[in-house]
Amino acid sequence: MKKVHIVALLIVLGFGALRAPFEQRLTEEHYKAFFHGAKLNLDLRQQIGQMAFLAALSGFRSVVADLLFIQAHAAWEHVEWGRVALLLNQVTALAPRNVLYWDSAGWHMAWNASVAARYDKNEPRETLRIKREREYIKLGEDFILRGIQNNPDRYNLYERLGMIYRDKLKDHCKAADAFERGSRTEKAPEYEKRMAAYELAQCPDREREAYEKLRALYEMGEQERLPSVIKWLSILQEKLNIPLEQRLTLPDKP
Amino acid sequence: METRHKIFSPARVNAIASNALLELARLKVFYFLLLFALLIIGSSAFMLEFPFHEQFQVLKDLGLGAMSIFTWLLSVLATAMILPKDIEERTLYTILAKPVPRFEYLLGKLLGVLWLLLISTLLMSAMFAAALYTKEHLVLSSTLREMQGASPDALQAALRDVREHAFTMSLLPCVVAIYIKAAIFAALTLMVSTFASSSIFTIIVSFVIYFIGHVQHIAREEWLGSPHTSALKRSFLAVVALVFPDLQLFNLVDDIVAGNAIHMSLFLQTVGLGCAYTFVYAFVAYVIFAYKEL
Repeated sequence: MKKVHIVALLIVLGFGALRAPFEQRLTEEHYKAFFHGAKLNLDLRQQIGQMAFLAALSGFRSVVADLLFIQAHAAWEHVEWGRVALLLNQVTALAPRNVLYWDSAGWHMAWNASVAARYDKNEPRETLRIKREREYIKLGEDFILRGIQNNPDRYNLYERLGMIYRDKLKDHCKAADAFERGSRTEKAPEYEKRMAAYELAQCPDREREAYEKLRALYEMGEQERLPSVIKWLSILQEKLNIPLEQRLTLPDKP
Repeated sequence: METRHKIFSPARVNAIASNALLELARLKVFYFLLLFALLIIGSSAFMLEFPFHEQFQVLKDLGLGAMSIFTWLLSVLATAMILPKDIEERTLYTILAKPVPRFEYLLGKLLGVLWLLLISTLLMSAMFAAALYTKEHLVLSSTLREMQGASPDALQAALRDVREHAFTMSLLPCVVAIYIKAAIFAALTLMVSTFASSSIFTIIVSFVIYFIGHVQHIAREEWLGSPHTSALKRSFLAVVALVFPDLQLFNLVDDIVAGNAIHMSLFLQTVGLGCAYTFVYAFVAYVIFAYKEL
C-alpha cells in the first residue's frame, strides 16, 4: 500500500470518527420522528425470500411491500384467507408506518374473513364456524393493535379498533376508549369525540360520564347538536334521572 | 496581452463539467427516462381496480423507488467510466498537459455527473408529478360523478381526501433525499475509481458499499450502544461504522410516503450530512488522484 493510500484511509477513518456520534444522534432523532421503524429480521427474510429481503435492506422496502400487498389483494380475490393474513403480516412488517396497510389488514380479517368463516358452506358445524369467525375478528384486532403500537400518533387505527369493538365484539366500553384515544391525536376529526360519547352511553356504569361528555358537546353550539347527540342525551337524562331543573331542553324530534 | 494563470478558475471547472455532461449525454444515458415513463404509466394503469388511496400509494412508492434506483445506477455507472475512458482515449493527458490542476479536472468531472443527476432527477420528478396530477384529476372527476346528490360538506370532504392522497409538497424532501444519495455515490465512486484498476472493479466496489451502507447503522448502534460486546467484535463493528457511509439516514422516502412529516431542522441536518459525505469523498479522491502516476 502506498503512502497516499494510507493518508486517504486515515482521512476516511477520521471523517468516520467525526460523523459517528452525529449520525447516532441523528438516527435517534429519526426514530423519534417515526422513521426507519421496520424490523427486518430473519423471520421476515424466511417469509419474503432472499431477493425481496435484499431489496428491502437496500432501501426499497415500500416497493417490496407494494408488491406483496398486490399479491394479498389477489389472494383476497381467490378467497385464500390464510395467505391474505400471511402476506399482510409481511406487508405491515415492511411498512409499519403505513396506516393504510394496517387498516386493510384489520378490515380484511375482522370483516371479510370473519364473515366468510361464519357462512362457510363447507363447514356444517355452526360452533366451529362461530369459533373461526371469532378467531378472524381477534386477528383483525391484533393487526390494529400492532398498528397502533407503530402509529400512536394517527387517529385512523383507533377508529378502526373502535369499530371492531362496536360492530364485531359488541364491547361498547372498549369501543369508547378506542374512539376517545383517537380523538386525542393531533389530526383527529371532530366526530371522534362524538363516537366515543355514543359508545360510552352504552357502557354499563359509565352513563354519567357519557352524559357529561354529551352535554359538553351539546353546549358547544349548533354545530354539535346533531340528531344522535340529542337522542343519547334524551335517553341518558331519563336513565340517570336527572332532575328536571338540571335537564337540557332538547328538541322533540331530533 | 499575457494573462496570469490562476490557481483556481471556475471557468476551467465549468468547461470540464460541461464537457463531461455532453459526453455522458452523447452516450444516450437519458434513454432510461423512457423506461421510467413506461413504469409510471404501467403502474398507473395496472392499479385501476384498487381503491384510489391504494392507487396513489403504489404509484408514489413505485415512482419514487424507480427514481431512487435510476439515479443511483446512473451515478455509479456514469462516474465509474469517467477516468478509465479519459485514460483510454488519452483525453486526460491532453487536459493535464495544459495548465489545469488535477483538482480542477476532478471537480469538473464530478460537477458534470452532478449536473447529469440533477437534470435526470428533475425530469423524472416532472414525469412523476404529471402522472400523479393526471391520476388526481381522474379520481376527482369520478368522485364528483359518484357523489352527485350528496351534501356539499360530504362532497368537499371526499374531494379533500383525494387531494390529500395525491401530490403534496411533503414529497419534495423525498426528491431531495434521492438526489443527495445519488450525489454521495457519485463522489464515492469517483474516489474508488482513482485507485481502481478497472471500471468493473469500481462498479462492484460501489455496489457492495451500497448494500453495506444500508446496514451500517446496525454496526454503529452495536458499537456505540453495547459496551459489553467483546473487544474483537467491537473493533470489527467500529471499522464498519467508520469506513462505510450510513445510507439508511437518507432513506426518507418510505416513511414520508406513508404519511410521516419530517421536521425542517432534521431534514436540513440530513442534507448537511449528505453534503459533508460528498465533499469528503471528493477530497479523498483528489488526494489519491494528485499522487497517481499517469
